[in-house]
Amino acid sequence: MCLAVPGKVIRKVGDSAEIDLQGNRLEVSTVLVPEATEGSWVLVHAGFAIQTLSDEEAKETFDLLKELETAG
Amino acid sequence: MKQDVAQLRNRLRAAAAQVPHGLSFMEVCGTHTVAGFRTGLHAMLPANVKLLSGPGCPVCVTAQGDIDLMVDVALEAKVTFFTYGDMLKVPGTRGNLELARSRGAKIKVLYSTLDAVKYAQANPAEQVVLGAVGFETTTPATAVAILEAQKLDLANFSVLASHKVLLPALRALLDGGEVQVNGFLCPGHASIILGSNAFRPLVRDYGMPCVVAGFEADQMLAGMARLTEMVADALPELDNVYPQVVKPEGNRVAQAIIAKVFEPAPAKWRALGEIAGSGLRVRDAYAQFDAVRRFGLVAGDAPEPAGCRCGEVITGRCTPADCGLFGRKCTPLAPVGPCMVSSEGSCAAWFKYGRGSDNATTRRSAKEMVA
Repeated sequence: MCLAVPGKVIRKVGDSAEIDLQGNRLEVSTVLVPEATEGSWVLVHAGFAIQTLSDEEAKETFDLLKELETAG
Repeated sequence: MKQDVAQLRNRLRAAAAQVPHGLSFMEVCGTHTVAGFRTGLHAMLPANVKLLSGPGCPVCVTAQGDIDLMVDVALEAKVTFFTYGDMLKVPGTRGNLELARSRGAKIKVLYSTLDAVKYAQANPAEQVVLGAVGFETTTPATAVAILEAQKLDLANFSVLASHKVLLPALRALLDGGEVQVNGFLCPGHASIILGSNAFRPLVRDYGMPCVVAGFEADQMLAGMARLTEMVADALPELDNVYPQVVKPEGNRVAQAIIAKVFEPAPAKWRALGEIAGSGLRVRDAYAQFDAVRRFGLVAGDAPEPAGCRCGEVITGRCTPADCGLFGRKCTPLAPVGPCMVSSEGSCAAWFKYGRGSDNATTRRSAKEMVA
């Protein structure tokens, strides 16, 4: 239940953002991470971004991101 | 950076060899419970090191009386009841939410708490209740929903919240003295909100090694290796092997939002009973959004299901396989206790990944897989 998954902020309007969550587009609240901007990596839990990650942190943490990087 | 699993195993083995007795560490996070099996961690541990599951699955720690209250509100108060999918199958004394739905209760599964707020705004003729459980990871979402409902001046939205605060429960567990643990593998995601520093009192007051870890095999192994090294060196401390994600101070914005809406209160836990300061009550300023006050609800003292040992499972006093109901009368399709209901419950994870095999069997099958 406490699972959080990484996504990238595509668009941000007020406290709401469109996130690319491993290929799925999702609307999440960014009220808990006011520092998030378009292009930020965030961890999403139940519709809320709860943490921002630097590109480096996101890459270090998630295998999937590493694979994407290699593929890109 | 991803760490080398073979190296971590060697480190763990070397530290464990210095300890002349068995070591039991405890994780307190449903996601760790599942990851322990998914990553094959249990099979990688030295013979004298065990990882127990503690009270870390939100559905599993919710007291029977609180579940009954949710079923009663959904069924009798003529409300539209929103909750997380995990809650639907949890057996109450008089059936679960799914049964209530088949009896006509209007129950909806939410993804975000704001779904319930939006629904309430669009349907002013309905009373909408958000039934929420969860630890620090999930609590901010409930608090934000209340703040949003206030902003929209909604007269038809309230929450029935059974949120828990992790630290007082861990203290109660240690104070109780029935559970012998040598350290805590601290949760990766609850700690995003709490901050790793939140576990410092367990080191200071109980001499407990504490290591915050993520959910990949290397992260959990690194956590287990650090914990074992601390015991071997007799130097308990706080460490964080998930620093990319968990910061020492946590998410201060989320902490402030929780504190704005909720105040500490006693809460009942399955198996642990009532623990001072381990729950959260909606502050008076937001009383109109508290379903307990809006509908005059009182949680009863409901007995836990006969024969069910979930309480002992979530406090590390027995394993799921020790329970006479496990895999026989209690399965994921027909669960008796909450630990079999939640996908993150210990019993559900044991059932899915090993069907009650003990550590040795798991180890054997892991070897077979490698071979």
